[in-house]
Amino acid sequence: MMTSFLQQIARLVAGAGLVAGLWVSGAQANEGVAVDHAPLNLGDKASLQRGARTFANYCQNCHSAQYLRYSKLTDIGLSEEDIKGNLMFTTEKIGDPMIVALDRADAKQWFGVVPPDLSVEARVRGADWLYTYLRGFYKDPSRPTGWNNVAYPNVGMPHVLYELQGVQKLETVKTAAGGEGKEGAEKSGAEEHHRLVLVKPGKLSPVEYDQFTADLVNYLVWMSEPARASRVQIGVLVIFFLTLMFFLTLALKKEFWKDIH
Amino acid sequence: MSNLAKVVGWVDDRFPLTSTWKTHISEYYAPKNFNFWYYFGSLAMLVLVIQLVTGIFLTMNYKPDARYAFASVEYIMRDVNYGWLIRYMHSTGASMFFVVVYLHMVRGLMYGSYRKPRELVWMIGMGIYLCLMGEAFMGYLLPWGQMSYWGAQVIISLFDAISPPLALWIRGDYVVSDATLNRFFAFHVIALPLVLVGLVLVHIVALHEVGSNNPDGIEIKKNKDPKTGIPLDGINFHPYYTVKDLVGVSVFLAIFSAVVFFAPEMGGYFLEANNFIPADPMKTPPHIAPVWYFTPFYAILRAVPQKQLGVLAMGAAVVIFLALPWLDRGIVKSIRYRGNLYKTAFGIFIVSFLILGYMGTQDPNLWYVNPVSRICSITYFLFFLAMPIYTRLDKTRQVPDRVTE
Repeated sequence: MMTSFLQQIARLVAGAGLVAGLWVSGAQANEGVAVDHAPLNLGDKASLQRGARTFANYCQNCHSAQYLRYSKLTDIGLSEEDIKGNLMFTTEKIGDPMIVALDRADAKQWFGVVPPDLSVEARVRGADWLYTYLRGFYKDPSRPTGWNNVAYPNVGMPHVLYELQGVQKLETVKTAAGGEGKEGAEKSGAEEHHRLVLVKPGKLSPVEYDQFTADLVNYLVWMSEPARASRVQIGVLVIFFLTLMFFLTLALKKEFWKDIH
Repeated sequence: MSNLAKVVGWVDDRFPLTSTWKTHISEYYAPKNFNFWYYFGSLAMLVLVIQLVTGIFLTMNYKPDARYAFASVEYIMRDVNYGWLIRYMHSTGASMFFVVVYLHMVRGLMYGSYRKPRELVWMIGMGIYLCLMGEAFMGYLLPWGQMSYWGAQVIISLFDAISPPLALWIRGDYVVSDATLNRFFAFHVIALPLVLVGLVLVHIVALHEVGSNNPDGIEIKKNKDPKTGIPLDGINFHPYYTVKDLVGVSVFLAIFSAVVFFAPEMGGYFLEANNFIPADPMKTPPHIAPVWYFTPFYAILRAVPQKQLGVLAMGAAVVIFLALPWLDRGIVKSIRYRGNLYKTAFGIFIVSFLILGYMGTQDPNLWYVNPVSRICSITYFLFFLAMPIYTRLDKTRQVPDRVTE
């Protein structure tokens, strides 16, 4: 067949468009914040369980996870007794959703905003952002809570984990000319870098705290889509089946088309 | 006579079963030289079926109520058995529908499938495309996430620019609200699917009346076997193209499944991150972009400095496809026998469309977005408006009597 060069180009362009349309990039809803890479491992049940414990003890006082039922935690290897005994504080029924006792009006008054439900937060922010956020609190007397955050400037949430992490301070490092203190640095930013410095150690060492938050983020990611593991598992089988089907249908086609010239 | 033949005979006396089967399937003669581009018609029908079936099952658990819609989608994702699979198939299907339909349309453009005698096939196809756009737009509101809400708000505000009472009539309220959600649900699950299925049937009946075009743009009906009256270059749709399309189906389903099972969000292109935040009428997201399949037209809208004119330009960009059969004055149908003028114009058009699609996803405050969108909008329209001139001037080659390959 005589296929012209331009036609091949057209075909390539259309193919490229398809690829561009399907281009996978981490498109999460964060506005230009440099984030650290979260060491995720959704297969690590122990990590997920530690994360679940942290979530129940530290986060769930204010944040609900209302689309998750306590019974779902059996998926990460916890028994119903474990869940009832250690993680359920607001209800007795294992099939209940993870809601909070915090009154919305109170919350609004205390924090200026109702703490959002965290069921699907990892799908909104992405794991890396959460990992950066949870490690990014620093002391800022200008804020009503006394805390600010590098990933989420002027966040309403105080640093709930400060006893574990300790107290950080934001230091401005000058690398070139310019720099008139913190206020100016926030505006120009080009020659100045911010650095978090631990000024008062907490109960955990920095390495331990990183691991602690990594577990929590791991759990948040699991929680945002509990079906993820089975999705991937089934997907492998489906692709395997379709590969077989492809060769089968191809053979069928060739057989039928033998007499077409 | 076998029992089966008796039953078929009984039905045939009362309903044109065998004759319909013959006319449209077993004795529909399609050109034997279909290539890669000819898979997308049957694939579009496959995706339609996927959307209808998964849609029915989603409807069983979805709640079209502003208070419960978002939660009901998460309920489907978590508590309904294989609800996540049904939902991901439906959300991936929406995007893949457009992938397949766009490729199907590119095929029509390349091989002149819109030319006489297939003007109606093409126009009905455009009707399907318009209907699909409405279906996708209304369906996108249903998860009631931030992007659902604000996307709908932005698109309906376009009608506001043309006629405020019209926008009010569409929304059923002064802002996008529960009333909007309910009526969009009604349109998405009943009205538009009915129209869509009807148009697809009409599309096929019209096609089978005039016969399929092919990569050479040759009318195979001009060369019939004098004894049988069957086109010499035609082969029975069944079994030849049914088995061939099965190969296409296998490949397509593999790609489709790869998305569903391994990347259902498709990096934010199929499911946007912001849409995992429940709709909040008090909080506008910083960057509102439509889903990728609308972005070329959205870019054209933004490229025009004046809003009403922008809306008109966007509408014209879609509707202008209807005029193609009469804009094209070339003597050959297929790009294979066209000259360099057409090939260049076609290449620029495709590239413009892709660039516009990219620009539509970008923040309009970036310095390059507006200038590039404007240039590409102009080249986009020039492809159509200058078509009567360059297709007539174009140096075409002699088309053979019989299909090649």
